Amino acid sequence: MIRAKLRSKLSLALTYLILVVGMVVCVYPVLWVIGASLSPGESVFSSTLIPKNATLDHYLWLFTSPDSQYVTWYANTLKIASINAVLSVLITTGTAYIFSRYSFVGRKYSLMTFLALQMFPSIMTMVALYLLLNMLNLLDSHWGLILIYAGAQIPFNTWLVKGYFDTIPRGLDEAAKIDGASHATIFFRILLPLARPIIAVVFLFNFMGPMTDFLLPQIVLTSPENQTLAVGLFNFINDQFGKRFTLFAAGSVLVALPVAIVFLSLQRYFISGLTAGASKG
Amino acid sequence: MEAEIRTTAGSWGKRKTAACLSALSMGLGQMYNKQWLKGILLLILQFSYLVVFFDLFNIGLWGIVTLGEIPHEDHSIELLAKGIISILLIFIGLLFYGLNIRDAYQVGAMREKGIRPPGIWETYRTVTDKGFPYLVIAPAMLLLVFVVLFPIMFMVLLAFTNYDLYHQPPVKLVDWVGLDNFVNFFRLDMWKNSFVSVFSWTVVWTLMSTTVQIAIGLFLAVLINQKRVKFKKFIRTVLILPWAVPPFVSCIVFAGMFNDNFGPVNQMLNDLGFASIPWLTDPFWCKVAILLIQFWLGFPFSLALYTGVLQAIPSDLYEAAQVDGATVWQKFRHITLPMALYATAPLLIVQYAGNFNNFNVIYLFNKGGPAVPEQTAGGTDILISWVYKLTFVTFKYNYAAAISIIIGLIVTVLALIQFRNTRSFKEEGLIQ
Repeated sequence: MIRAKLRSKLSLALTYLILVVGMVVCVYPVLWVIGASLSPGESVFSSTLIPKNATLDHYLWLFTSPDSQYVTWYANTLKIASINAVLSVLITTGTAYIFSRYSFVGRKYSLMTFLALQMFPSIMTMVALYLLLNMLNLLDSHWGLILIYAGAQIPFNTWLVKGYFDTIPRGLDEAAKIDGASHATIFFRILLPLARPIIAVVFLFNFMGPMTDFLLPQIVLTSPENQTLAVGLFNFINDQFGKRFTLFAAGSVLVALPVAIVFLSLQRYFISGLTAGASKG
Repeated sequence: MEAEIRTTAGSWGKRKTAACLSALSMGLGQMYNKQWLKGILLLILQFSYLVVFFDLFNIGLWGIVTLGEIPHEDHSIELLAKGIISILLIFIGLLFYGLNIRDAYQVGAMREKGIRPPGIWETYRTVTDKGFPYLVIAPAMLLLVFVVLFPIMFMVLLAFTNYDLYHQPPVKLVDWVGLDNFVNFFRLDMWKNSFVSVFSWTVVWTLMSTTVQIAIGLFLAVLINQKRVKFKKFIRTVLILPWAVPPFVSCIVFAGMFNDNFGPVNQMLNDLGFASIPWLTDPFWCKVAILLIQFWLGFPFSLALYTGVLQAIPSDLYEAAQVDGATVWQKFRHITLPMALYATAPLLIVQYAGNFNNFNVIYLFNKGGPAVPEQTAGGTDILISWVYKLTFVTFKYNYAAAISIIIGLIVTVLALIQFRNTRSFKEEGLIQ
């Protein structure tokens, strides 16, 4: 009996030990960047976890220096991310509604075909997208980028939202239909309000994507005043890794902080949407 | 039904006349059927389509066959792209053309039976009601054709050309070379060695990184899920932090932390009395570092996912097992694990596919390096980052396209097997 008690105490202690180690590993890099962003000097080598002469110079530089385009990048990123999120939610929920509730030619295989096609690595297709935007005169424009984002997200997110719609009883639609509701009414008044969690997921996916993507905008957006945060910051540090690290750290903290806060506060929605959409689907 | 119409209308009735007229030009059959407004609209549609796209079709179809004839003047790659777009647009046009013939035929058949053809208002109503699903998905499908289908067709065709550094349009022309690129893969040692080493590392990377990140996530979720653990919410929030940080930030930050000379990781090792490890310059240690980083980046997703899944497992299962005297391990092995994996099967595949194509970690950490002598790929390059280098650094588009096709086929086959097994596409009761 005493041995069993001891064993259970030990296993609990071990549990806490593992969790604490895990938490330290998770937090350390984050604290290290914050430390770096406050460290005086510019190089990666001078940055420490707790800087001796902490300074906000790097943050000030981002906003005040004439050499810094940080504010422009931030505005561009927010613009692209929010337009893309709204557009994607509209396209995806509409398409998913059709896939969930109607029978039509190509219902069974079209979405699966596109999902499979997207397994092809995206890098090579970027050459083609570059040419396409060039022909449409949309190179170096935010709309060109948004169009590609909004198109590329359709298969996966439609599949996710369709799975969620499938869990909403069809009896609801049929009842509404008998009461004389049109296709659009059923969609906007019945399905959309019930599907709020998955809509939050799709919105967030499509907001976060452009916030953090760097490969595509780097190819599409050529002039510095049109670039996004990820591209700007990456190019900013790419040439002289050691020299600008603390400035990069300050810039990253200001991106990561809002993203992390939004993310952590909405993650419950996120998970419930993902599991409902994917597993029950 | 069919037989009845034949007997009343003879072998050549209004339906065939209408269909033939519509085949001659869109709208004619409809006018013959006395649907004047519809006919005129279709006629206008057809003429504007032809007027707008005629030049593109003319250049595109010639271009995709010849890839241009005069250097400096003909841009082979643009011609190829125009050719593909022409084919796609012609296909969409033919779809409407076919529908137009079918419509004329059906309305003709109605007239043979003496039914008055529907007026424009009725037609509008049928289109918005019966055609509702098509109208809603049309924008999405159109977008998909140009953003997903076109690039892949372009890539596939590129693999059969000699488009590389030495054939850069418009100065030089690009030509069709058939299967040469694929043959060279298996014939030239430089390509063969690079391919074999990159491919095997890609497989190891995908399996290890994904399996371990899932295992860590599940393990931690089970630990936290114990009734006696306190501060659950706080612990979870801290552990999910790595997921909330944008990956491009964390990858570059890790590049700083693992710096061979001054990074905090090596400093810590020195403080503990170990020698510094060449994280960025030695291929083996670089691979270790990248795997560690991916564990860090990837486990929070599984943790969050399984937290939800575990709470949904009915507790009477565990109670029953308890009564039967099952050990902790047996309960995990026979209840938790199968339930959790079953509930998340599609998302598991998405994670494996994601790491197979995980460009960010590989490229942002060390650009796929360190360099390996006598190979075209770096020490930590996986297939996708290798393709990136071939495309944007050494400009061997043709080989990059060929590798992409090989990667794509592998992943597609694996994914199709999985998606077929999910219930999402089994037919269930539909409204219409």
